Amino acid sequence: MSDATPTLAESLKEVVHYRDLLYMLTWRDIKARYKQSMMGFFWALLMPLLIVGAGVLVRIVFLMSSGNHINFLDLASIALKSLPWAFFVSAIKFATNSLVGNVNLVTKIYFPREVLPLAAVLASLFDTAIASSLIIILLVFGKVGVTIHLLWAPVILGLIILFTAALALFLSCANLFFRDVKYLVDILLTFGIFFTPVFYEARTMGKWAPLLLLNPLGSLLEALNTTIIRHQGPSLPWLAYAASCAILGLFAAWRIFDRAEASFAESI
Amino acid sequence: MSEIALEFDRIWKKFKRGEIYDSLRDLIPAVTKGVFSNDDRELHEREFWALRDVSFQVRRGEAFAIIGANGAGKSTTLKLLSRILRPTRGRITAHGRLSALIEVGAGFHLDLTGRENVYLNGCILGMKRQEIARKFDEIVEFAGMAEFIDTPVKRYSSGMYARLGFAVAAHVDPEILLIDEVLSVGDMQFQEKCLDRMRQVVKNGTTVIFVSHNLQAVQMLCSRTLCLKGGTVARIGPTAEVLNEYLCIPSASAGAFPTLIEDISLRGEDGPLKVNFATGEKAQLHLTIHPSEELEDCQLGLLVHRATDGLAVCDYNLPLSEVAPFTPFTSATSLLVHLSMNLLRGAYVVSVHIYHVPTARYIARAYRAVNFFVEETISWQGVAHLAPTVSRVLDDCHFAMSPVMKG
Repeated sequence: MSDATPTLAESLKEVVHYRDLLYMLTWRDIKARYKQSMMGFFWALLMPLLIVGAGVLVRIVFLMSSGNHINFLDLASIALKSLPWAFFVSAIKFATNSLVGNVNLVTKIYFPREVLPLAAVLASLFDTAIASSLIIILLVFGKVGVTIHLLWAPVILGLIILFTAALALFLSCANLFFRDVKYLVDILLTFGIFFTPVFYEARTMGKWAPLLLLNPLGSLLEALNTTIIRHQGPSLPWLAYAASCAILGLFAAWRIFDRAEASFAESI
Repeated sequence: MSEIALEFDRIWKKFKRGEIYDSLRDLIPAVTKGVFSNDDRELHEREFWALRDVSFQVRRGEAFAIIGANGAGKSTTLKLLSRILRPTRGRITAHGRLSALIEVGAGFHLDLTGRENVYLNGCILGMKRQEIARKFDEIVEFAGMAEFIDTPVKRYSSGMYARLGFAVAAHVDPEILLIDEVLSVGDMQFQEKCLDRMRQVVKNGTTVIFVSHNLQAVQMLCSRTLCLKGGTVARIGPTAEVLNEYLCIPSASAGAFPTLIEDISLRGEDGPLKVNFATGEKAQLHLTIHPSEELEDCQLGLLVHRATDGLAVCDYNLPLSEVAPFTPFTSATSLLVHLSMNLLRGAYVVSVHIYHVPTARYIARAYRAVNFFVEETISWQGVAHLAPTVSRVLDDCHFAMSPVMKG
């Protein structure tokens, strides 16, 4: 036990050592969320369904004004991108509050604090997994088809999770010191959907498209759409950009978190 | 493996009074102030040292207690040991798996059932799920709440909550165990159970660090004790010595009397200093009187109180003049009071005074001068030892005196 900030490897090892706790906290977050509620796990479907519904409505309005009708691929595309977005929103919201919401644990018991925001991300991932079954059914019955490019999907989804985890670590820690962060995050998440290509595709913006893709989540969602719906390879430069954002971001966030961890108990 | 399980090396810990800036609006002035003023004072405004230069070592397998008044830095020390807080200066070294019980039931989720919380809390305290599954029945039995284990803990009484919390904590089995004042939960019976468990843990060779106001428990469990005072080490050494010194806070009124009673100590029958007595054991109270006037018609007052609640156990006035004639010219005179400790389990404190009968005034007084503990296993609670024995009555005529009357 040293008083200095642990190295990234030490810190990672500690979290691995406490993997059972990570599992139990994730399980607690899932279980407690739906306790004493009548609809139980159906709540996990509601938010993605609402987002898809809103997206489809917006799309129909746009298309009607130009005299076109919505086709199935448009619908599938919106549904496909809404789900990771719903995951991102719920994970970030949940994680931002994960340290402050567990004051009792942070001030009374030692364990690597990373598990709190990470468990929040995993719990949201579980919810999303339930909702994804619906999307998979939609894509299979809609005969979207399977190509070799589908192999990109796990990589892209993995990067979305890593990027979310990076933000989760950073924001949970920032919110511990400054409660403003929570409000800022709420506002950004509410309006973020307009700045992220969820209901539309980035290429419709023409020369302004790169601006939307600078948001790593934007380029990842775009890549997901390209590979699964449009059966093309993703734009490799943008994917590489998003990947480095996610991975370097995670390293940086983890490091910042470790640094700040020393004063968590007295600053919370 | 080294002999030292835990080392606290010249630890300093700084805290801040009042509110730390909590929103961005407060941060901006704070940062600009930090940039523009060249401030390298050791303590900034509102800061204070909670611990100053505290060092100690705990050997492997040792039971070590930390005592002190409120605010002396006990809990800070424990939180530093368990890595919840980090020291401002100094180094803490621990060898072995460490687990801290700072609060029982911290981390219980109210909406989850007892069973679910046992798993959750066990993991929070550093256990593996398999390990918990293996010990589950034992934990539930220890808490004595098998029938409520599938009820959400929000429906529990606070006693049940604490009992379940302690039961989980008591089964963690670390190499180093830190305990903060958790024994004060539940009824008498459960507290006994907790103490038994702690004794067992100590016996199994676990290194235990015990922070408590329950001096009786400290006395029973720990071989060495650290006494903190205002964030610094007041005394560190064998428990009996430290406790004795800690409890013997010299009375403020002692200086008001010209005659002094000094060197008050309790000894066993054979002479050495003693703090623990068995029920019925013989003891000697030694004291030395430095008379400043003629002590004619004086009485030696001997009071014993129970330390934990202040109950007056006895109040004797012993004739003094017959023992030795005191004059101002007499140099210090030592006295011996023989006692039989017909007391039951507890912590007791002795006060002595010299009372001048004709003028009805105190000539000397030593309030709470010496402490002792009585250990026994024959009674459940109480103060006085009446030495009861049971025998069978053989003579028929005694039945007529039986208080049981029927019909």
